[in-house]
Amino acid sequence: MQETKFGAATEENKSGAKRMRLNMGPQHPSTHGVLQIILDLEGETVVRCDPVPGYLHRGSEKLAENKYFQQIIPLTDRLDYLSPFNNNLAYVMAVEKLLGIEDKIPDRAVWLRLILSELQRIASHLIWFGTHVMDIGAITAFLYAMRERELILDIFEMCSGARLTVSYARIGGLMGDTPPGFEEKVLDFVKIFPERHAQYMKLVTKNPIFMDRTVDVGVVTAEDAIDMGFTGPCLRGSGVNYDIRKREPYLTYDQLDFDVPVGTKGDAYDRYLLRMEEMLQSCRIVEQAMKKLPKGPVKADDPKVTLPAKELAMSQAEAMQRHFYQVIHGFPTPVGECYGKIEASKGELGFYIISDGSSHPYRLKIRAPSFVNLQSLPLMTEGRMVSDVVTCIGTLDIVLGEIDR
Amino acid sequence: MQESLQIVVQRVQEKFGEAVLGVTEFRDEVTVRVKREVWRELHEFLKLDPDCNFNLCVDVTAADYPLRDQRFDIVCHMLSLNKAHRLRTKAATDERIASLAPVWRTANWEERETYDLFGVVFEGHPDLRRIMMPEDWEGYPLRKDYPLEGYDSQGLPG
Repeated sequence: MQETKFGAATEENKSGAKRMRLNMGPQHPSTHGVLQIILDLEGETVVRCDPVPGYLHRGSEKLAENKYFQQIIPLTDRLDYLSPFNNNLAYVMAVEKLLGIEDKIPDRAVWLRLILSELQRIASHLIWFGTHVMDIGAITAFLYAMRERELILDIFEMCSGARLTVSYARIGGLMGDTPPGFEEKVLDFVKIFPERHAQYMKLVTKNPIFMDRTVDVGVVTAEDAIDMGFTGPCLRGSGVNYDIRKREPYLTYDQLDFDVPVGTKGDAYDRYLLRMEEMLQSCRIVEQAMKKLPKGPVKADDPKVTLPAKELAMSQAEAMQRHFYQVIHGFPTPVGECYGKIEASKGELGFYIISDGSSHPYRLKIRAPSFVNLQSLPLMTEGRMVSDVVTCIGTLDIVLGEIDR
Repeated sequence: MQESLQIVVQRVQEKFGEAVLGVTEFRDEVTVRVKREVWRELHEFLKLDPDCNFNLCVDVTAADYPLRDQRFDIVCHMLSLNKAHRLRTKAATDERIASLAPVWRTANWEERETYDLFGVVFEGHPDLRRIMMPEDWEGYPLRKDYPLEGYDSQGLPG
């Protein structure tokens, strides 16, 4: 047997069972990106599971230290690339907190942020639904989910010009107001979505193959979930009711009526039901928020932080100077540190910023929910079958862009 | 400051006395700076004490200040799910500090990442390996003296 860096590829253990080392990934369709998982197997049973992230490491945190605060927004798109707006939002909210301008954000911007953030959550959950179910063997559901996600991407394309890397949030508000037709489009989506959602449920929920693959698979108890640092749907799937939107409300979530679904057993099927319900709740939130959406500006008018309106920059000397100055020099921030967090689709997404008073962050740490959640993969899979590994990766809802940063 | 956090700060100051170097509040967030000798003990206390009850470790990371004698600040964020309060703790250190992985299992990967990118060794960590960079990587990318494009960069073309 050839010795490798990881020991012999196959060795016999005391009980006589052959132990085999299998590399799952980095090129494997069910790892949702470039994730390598080193599996030690006895027969089909996983005895050791070692996830190896890092293949997508782009050094976002190091890059951020060398950029102005406003230049970092596009970097955040590329973290969790399935919900870029949520990343933008978490980042700009952290910077706004650091600057102390949270109260200056116009109402319309706040409500639009909330609406788009919830739409993004639905889009992200749709991808999770499609891929998770596809990993388990049902291709139809994936196509259905992509169909509805397309509608949400259309809305983002309308607003920002991009479908994926939207960079729509700005420090102090949003890039610009929504174009005509935005409201109809969102309302159309809200109208058809519950019906489409019922289709998914009909397709998958009681499907015996799906249930065989998910019920009692990847069980995480509440104690384990907390100790492993689970947040978001994974934490709630284990029966712990903690949603930042409810417990530490940001934006205007405290003015809306929505439920936070909570699981009981903490298995993959529970998390499936929970995320499906979350999509409906998000839809409810959007519906309510659209009714409350006020008119007005979408950007705070803070001469130090936000760029002047384009018309002014093109017609007034002071406005143009302000524009140039900000683009070339950035803006200074107070010395201090702060942590901004939101309930993103995967869990608590946080940006920890240390500022030394300059226009760059001295240190920017991205607290990515997927990174922390992935850590539990060994806990969920060791002692189980190889096929369950696929289910467990799917149920954790990881995005490698966010894990590797 | 949240009422529950005032109690936390008071409890920590009572328990650790001189080892608490300062408590600061900025933007409604409380930071407790301590001596590194009590790093693990402090977090065990914060997790188990019923008034503090920080059962979820949000994040462990570091920041590099190369001009200082003890160049790294190790930073830990934590959250109490029951009381919905958050706290940040900090300790300055050179390249070694006690690991928090025995306190919260979350800290395992967080500390591996910090070790990988800053080169801080966490004593008592069960599995301290690189996690982002390749195993044979030289240097620690998030240190301030590490060039943005790496040591062997030829610069960007053009």
